[in-house]
Amino acid sequence: MSSLNPQWLLLVSAVLFALGVVGVLTRRGAITILMSIEIMLNAANLAFISFARVHDQPDGQIFAFFVMTLAAAEAAVGLAIVIALFRLRESTEVDELNLMRW
Amino acid sequence: MEPVAFVVLTALAVVSGVVVITHRNQVIAALSLAANLVAIAGFYLLLQAQFLALLQVIVYAGAIMVLVLFVLMLLNLPDEARRRGGGRMQSGLALVLALAFVGLLALALSRGTAGSSFPASDRFGTVESVGQALFTRFFYAFEAISLLLVVAMIGAVLLAKRRL
Repeated sequence: MSSLNPQWLLLVSAVLFALGVVGVLTRRGAITILMSIEIMLNAANLAFISFARVHDQPDGQIFAFFVMTLAAAEAAVGLAIVIALFRLRESTEVDELNLMRW
Repeated sequence: MEPVAFVVLTALAVVSGVVVITHRNQVIAALSLAANLVAIAGFYLLLQAQFLALLQVIVYAGAIMVLVLFVLMLLNLPDEARRRGGGRMQSGLALVLALAFVGLLALALSRGTAGSSFPASDRFGTVESVGQALFTRFFYAFEAISLLLVVAMIGAVLLAKRRL
């Protein structure tokens, strides 16, 4: 990182996070929404690791490690829910999932 | 070398990210997300987090994306239909808010103090240094996250199984 300013990496992280937010807000496919959440988690990881490098401490990397594990758990449970929903409704479009709307 | 790598990785990450959130075919979106994850692994290498870069490629781009692709191909979903009426307004609003969010963060970053650029210590980012922190200071968190994985695994089986 001799010539690389960490602020640029944080900016990339912010842009990726915003992309994930747009994905969650605009898409209708449940799996695409899950993938957008993965983008946001990765953007946070990138910020964590940038700060780990800035402070020369492994703590940020440990956090990124935990976030990765969490993402694996989230993907497994999320996809299981999507499969169960597909069985029930033959669709994964979130607009059609209004069973719990009062 | 580093600025060139940074520009290439940024372009790859942003373009593949845009494809993920815009493409109507979800399989292509998933493959694009895999490219995005590999680009982020490249950033980790630039930041000298070698162990995390390896984990990112093996666990994220490998295991998690295979799971997502497997489910996508199992369900064989049609392309997403275009939004009508209120959905369009929601999309426009989301875009405006996201741009405002990036602008705000960029403003905050431009006002912040520049990060240090001192060279990292030799052991920084190796399996040794990460493992040492993981099994000493973060030991209980590590055990808790292993419990979380077991719970998630049982939950996924319970949710997806037709009848037990």
